[in-house]
Amino acid sequence: MKSPLLWLGAALVAVQALAALSAPWLAPFDPNAQDILARLARPGLRHLLGTDNFGRDTLSRALFGYRTLFAVSAASVAIALTIGGGIGVWAAWRGGWFDRVAMRAMDVLFAFPVILLAIGVIAVLGPGAVGTAIAIGVVYTPIFARTLRAPTLLLKNTDYVAAARAIGATDRRIIRLHLLPNLAPVILVQTSLLLSTAILVEASLSFLGLGTQPPTASLGRMLSESRSFLTFSPWPAVFSGAAILLAALGFNLLGDGLQDRLDPRLRSRG
Amino acid sequence: MLRAILARAAELGVVALGVSILTFLMIHLVPGDAAQLILGAEDVSPEMLAETRRQLGLDQPLVVQYALWIGRALRGDFGVSVSTGQPVIGEIAGRVGVTAELTVLALAVAILLAVPAGCLMATLRSSVSDYVVRVLSIIGITIPSFWLGTLLLYGASAAMPGMRLVGYVAFAEAPLANLQRMILPTIALALPVVASLARVVRAAMLETLGQEFIRVARAKGLGEPRVIFRHALRNALIPFITSAGIAAGYLFGGSVVVEQVFALPGLGRLMVGAIAERNYPLIQASILLATFTFVAVNFVVDLLYIAADPRARDA
Repeated sequence: MKSPLLWLGAALVAVQALAALSAPWLAPFDPNAQDILARLARPGLRHLLGTDNFGRDTLSRALFGYRTLFAVSAASVAIALTIGGGIGVWAAWRGGWFDRVAMRAMDVLFAFPVILLAIGVIAVLGPGAVGTAIAIGVVYTPIFARTLRAPTLLLKNTDYVAAARAIGATDRRIIRLHLLPNLAPVILVQTSLLLSTAILVEASLSFLGLGTQPPTASLGRMLSESRSFLTFSPWPAVFSGAAILLAALGFNLLGDGLQDRLDPRLRSRG
Repeated sequence: MLRAILARAAELGVVALGVSILTFLMIHLVPGDAAQLILGAEDVSPEMLAETRRQLGLDQPLVVQYALWIGRALRGDFGVSVSTGQPVIGEIAGRVGVTAELTVLALAVAILLAVPAGCLMATLRSSVSDYVVRVLSIIGITIPSFWLGTLLLYGASAAMPGMRLVGYVAFAEAPLANLQRMILPTIALALPVVASLARVVRAAMLETLGQEFIRVARAKGLGEPRVIFRHALRNALIPFITSAGIAAGYLFGGSVVVEQVFALPGLGRLMVGAIAERNYPLIQASILLATFTFVAVNFVVDLLYIAADPRARDA
């Protein structure tokens, strides 16, 4: 195999996405069902990853937590890609004042520290999954705008785009048929890398109590809650954090590997 | 050189203006009225509401409101905290030191570990060291610092049951106790950054080591340590400056979360509490001050870059 890290990333993403999708069928218990007699159980045959202080099954909660984590992260990156990507491509294509104003606005958004801007947006929208998805979407909008603007500028001046224009193709047609297919590798790489960090930001915000609210299972909140009984049973803390790490790691390896594979010019030298 | 500095300052000035406008507008996007929020109760008379709105300046046009707000903010007046009635600036001043200390300690530790590690990795020059540093940096980027902190806390309390590891003691009161309690949060915050900074040092070092003046230095018969630390490192550090600046911002954001793990009374915990109380003046002021600091740090990083690299002076 030429790039083992890429394949490891793809496998991690595939397995975890599958686990999240089939959580209702895979989970051995209801994620909120309390088994008081089996409180703070170690990993064992009945509870494969142990239980928390209410006797809730760690594996089942983690599987449902994956659903929330992936859903919120995917929604946030989709928001950022649509708005930020749209702004970046359109700014490069139109040029002129729209380009200058839009990119300055992106500079402003980019100036905020990620967590602080997210906290600010959540302060406006209120804590919860929807607020978190929009908050992370806003934070990542300038990143997509910047990463798509530069290649669009290069493509804009290619001969085949000039040819398309010469035969009278509309802006929409050129962007759809000539720009987007060529931007696809950049979009794919950036989406994968940002999903990786979106997962970490979602988990951070949930850990702070600002993300997904109870009773929806959330890995970040699970880790936060597990700190209160850490000395009695560290397992829920260990496994919920490991799940967050594996989710972020999968997308990062995938994005990093795709970057090497799809664009040799971007191949990292380090 | 002056031109490059002024151009960058003008750019950042525009960004700072935009940041202040956006932070100001944020409070106007909040559902409900700030006056209603402050009065609290649902059944306030319309006259009282109108009076409070007038006092807060909410009856003025938005532009006037912004001008008044930023004018007061520049003089350090961010209004009073909704929950305590105390000036917001005082509450922030009491907390920001913790976050700043944690960020600076973590950045210092990360740099002190990353530079020698990156140099070492560059001298090994094998595909194995490339692989190791790459995998470690990816794991570092993706490891949740609050998880690492939680595990460190568990490990340390198991290993040293008697030691007090959480909570905060001011450095001015008891420097040793302060540093002792900052050890774990600093490690949790710094460790994930070390590998990615080391990767930057390694790449820059490898590029520098391939250049003519290094061959000259070696041809003169200088020892390898002297070649690396005296000749190559100074050049290799130029791209590192930018990466360290980015890391500073990342560590600041991370410290907001790590504070929660170690029960440190910093800005992060202040802001999280403020959201629950809908304490908007406090949130607004924290975001504005932190972002301005962040922009200023970026400016300093740019200045360092211009000072270190003569080629950047003509940009």
